[in-house]
Amino acid sequence: MRLIRYQTPQLSNWQSFDRLSSLRNELDRLFDLSWSGRDSGLLSGWSPALDVSDEKDHFVVNAELPGLKKEEINLSFQDGVLSISGERKQSKENKEGETFRSERHFGKFQRSVTLPAAVDSSKISASYKDGILAVTLPKSEAAKPRQIAVNVA
Amino acid sequence: MNTTFTKSEPQTVRNGGVAPRVEYVTPPANILESKDGYVLEAEMPGVSKDGLEVTVENGELTILGHRAPVDSKGREVYRESRRLDFRRSFELDPSIDTAKIVAQMDQGVLTLHLPKTEAVKPRKIAVNS
Repeated sequence: MRLIRYQTPQLSNWQSFDRLSSLRNELDRLFDLSWSGRDSGLLSGWSPALDVSDEKDHFVVNAELPGLKKEEINLSFQDGVLSISGERKQSKENKEGETFRSERHFGKFQRSVTLPAAVDSSKISASYKDGILAVTLPKSEAAKPRQIAVNVA
Repeated sequence: MNTTFTKSEPQTVRNGGVAPRVEYVTPPANILESKDGYVLEAEMPGVSKDGLEVTVENGELTILGHRAPVDSKGREVYRESRRLDFRRSFELDPSIDTAKIVAQMDQGVLTLHLPKTEAVKPRKIAVNS
């Protein structure tokens, strides 16, 4: 499965005294950088975190996309690859007044994930709640787990 | 590609018999100031209005977001998100009228309006001839 690694927002942990956790973050970043290469979200906007789970007869892909409108999310499925893209626009309110902190990412994002088994593309559905996009992809009949009866010869 | 370094559960660390400590994720935030006050936006995907706690104590604003539990019976194939609650504290400008703070939660983004007290707002004074 080929994925573009999620870039952990480089924020200082509120428990900055926790050395172990900061070491872990450093290691995370090291691996992120060496694996993602040029395709990383570092140069091209931001990339939302993705989760994939196998629920026996379907897959669920969750993406963390806080603060978007339903219309700003594009979903497509082709050749076993689910693509999530869109653009988060900065609200007008942000353009006036002085900015003290600017840690949120705005702009375009794009993530793709190859599903580990065949899915029925006509039955894919998606919902968006509390800033999380949940895509349900039912497996095609051939890919569903099957119980096989053992016959005594 | 593995996610070995991503912790799967809220971990508690024992500090030599002291109360266990809970780990949190720091939500990314934007803060801007206008004439009337401040606006704070914090990203907490997976947190609903009911899972949110905003407290002000000793001039410090703390936001705490509990993620909704995941109802998955399946097997995890891949994970990047961290299943920890969100927590962050901000020191408040003394000019903020803490009684008038308004919080709003929309698709995982918390927006806090922190108005300044009337006394510090810029005011136009009419000149009498």
